[in-house]
Amino acid sequence: MIELKGIKKSYKIGAKNLEVLKGIDLQINEGELVSIMGSSGSGKSTLLNIIGMLDNYDIGSYHLEDKKIKGLSEKQSAVYRNKFLGFVFQSFNLISFKSAVENVALPLYYQGVGRSKRNKIAMKYLEMMDIQDRADHLPNELSGGQKQRVAIARALVTNPKVVLADEPTGALDSNTSNEVMQLFRKINKEQNITIVIVTHEKDIAEMTDRLIHIKDGLIQDEKRFN
Amino acid sequence: MFDQDKWLEIWTTVKKNKLRTFLTGFSVAWGIMMLVVLLGSSQGLRNGIYRTFLDDDALNSLWISTGVTSMPYKGLNSNRPIEMENSDLDHLKETFSEIENSTSRYIMWSALLSFKSEGGNFSIRAVHPDHQILEKTSMEEGRYINERDLSEVRKVVVIGRKIKDDIFKSENPIGKYIKIFGIPFQVVGWYSDYGNAREERYAYIPISTGQKVFNASSNEVNRIMLTYDEAMDLETSDALAQKIRGDFAQRKIFNKIDPRAIRVRNVQRGAEEILSVISGVEIFILVIGIGTIIAGIVGVSNIMIVVVNERTREIGVRKALGATPASVIGLVMQESITITAVAGYFGMILGIVVVELMSKYLVHDFFYNPGVSLEIAFLSLSILIFSGALAGFFPARKAARIRPIEALRDE
Repeated sequence: MIELKGIKKSYKIGAKNLEVLKGIDLQINEGELVSIMGSSGSGKSTLLNIIGMLDNYDIGSYHLEDKKIKGLSEKQSAVYRNKFLGFVFQSFNLISFKSAVENVALPLYYQGVGRSKRNKIAMKYLEMMDIQDRADHLPNELSGGQKQRVAIARALVTNPKVVLADEPTGALDSNTSNEVMQLFRKINKEQNITIVIVTHEKDIAEMTDRLIHIKDGLIQDEKRFN
Repeated sequence: MFDQDKWLEIWTTVKKNKLRTFLTGFSVAWGIMMLVVLLGSSQGLRNGIYRTFLDDDALNSLWISTGVTSMPYKGLNSNRPIEMENSDLDHLKETFSEIENSTSRYIMWSALLSFKSEGGNFSIRAVHPDHQILEKTSMEEGRYINERDLSEVRKVVVIGRKIKDDIFKSENPIGKYIKIFGIPFQVVGWYSDYGNAREERYAYIPISTGQKVFNASSNEVNRIMLTYDEAMDLETSDALAQKIRGDFAQRKIFNKIDPRAIRVRNVQRGAEEILSVISGVEIFILVIGIGTIIAGIVGVSNIMIVVVNERTREIGVRKALGATPASVIGLVMQESITITAVAGYFGMILGIVVVELMSKYLVHDFFYNPGVSLEIAFLSLSILIFSGALAGFFPARKAARIRPIEALRDE
């Protein structure tokens, strides 16, 4: 599903070249629930951005569903992101002037799905997240947990192959964090969707099936839980 | 292509930022209104000047008057008066086939006109029937001087509206006898001249009668006026004027470059000059109007840049969710075009209303019937759409270049 070989990435900061990823080899299979754990500055978010086609890599190769991802045009990567990937962010990133159901339906809009049809599909996912009664509320009328549920519904609405979550529990209290993680597990098990979660919290990472520990741009070690 | 979602999108942002949208729209509306008002006014100025200076007389005409020589020529002294008489007109008509209408004119600057107990001093012009065409005299009632009046040396008169109002008051003058220096003339018609009120103080009589009754049967005329083909260009008509000058110089024996012996005024030449002044004024007005609009465009563009900056994160999210650069550009441009188009449309309507009010209440010799032509309306409409697109383009490009990772970075 996701195959990274020798990925290197550096940023220019002034005259210096800061190497963030120093050669990442990683394979993630379909249906896995993976966490990438590391401290701040370890390169975990950069790695997620590369997997999410939000950023380019310098050296190495990245295949998503056997498609080589390199040097895509902005338009192409937009289409791939829309088709294959769903994103969940730490700060939810819901669009503030759109209701919950409209937020969930937005990726479908970019697929050209008609209004009533996409709202219907969006409602289905809100039901799945058990938040259908808040469908017509604006994001600032929702609690943190509810926002993240809406965001997860939005990530799932296009029926993606992979859901990428960047610190999805970073802005939530521990109870809500647990709920969200249970939700990810449920989606992963019931729908066989590959999920990659980036976090710096060990207890969150340990709620996944496979923990990849990244440090200073390299994979340090890997643990599997069953 | 009607994309309901995009419109909904625009509607929500507009609703969210009512004041900002209003101010932006206002600057555009104001710009367009000013443009329409300025263009309408320049039309009014053109109409007014045209009516006052140009529509008064036939443009395709030469006016000939003589004076006193200022150069000695062929042994003859300077300061020799050059005079014209009836035969000069006959000669010109025979010699120059370009001449279409022609008249001589003999003037009495001050003549006492009276009817019953009313009277006053007015000017008398003794003319040929073609004078009506040359002076563009528009008859209100009755008729103008005709050929039979001339051949029968009739004592008939055509009076201006001012004379009619002063002497006849509300009485119908047609058929009545008015006394000129005590000699009764029958009024056969009266005319008006709205372009130039001074013209309404003249009385016209046949030239034969004028010369016989008031100038002791001399053949003297003060002026000869003639028209040429309307289609003739300025160069050809100037050349005709030169030929006529040369012809006079030969017959009356004076140096043909003597500026004071004879004056052949080409009305078209003067009109050209006035029109070029008007065109200059119009271009100036257009430049001001376009400047106002540019200020409006810059305003919209500024606002759109602010909008894009405020929405950086949102645009980043959209891109992460699959928005293509084209759809982002479309979103910003459509919003910008919509704001300018709607506001501009109101501005245009407002401008048209102002111009209409001006044409109703602003009356002046040099300002007449300002109007917004279809071309002006279309011009401002296309400027609108173009300016909306222009105002949106740079912010849209900025938006399309937003990279999702930068937009989504958590502070």
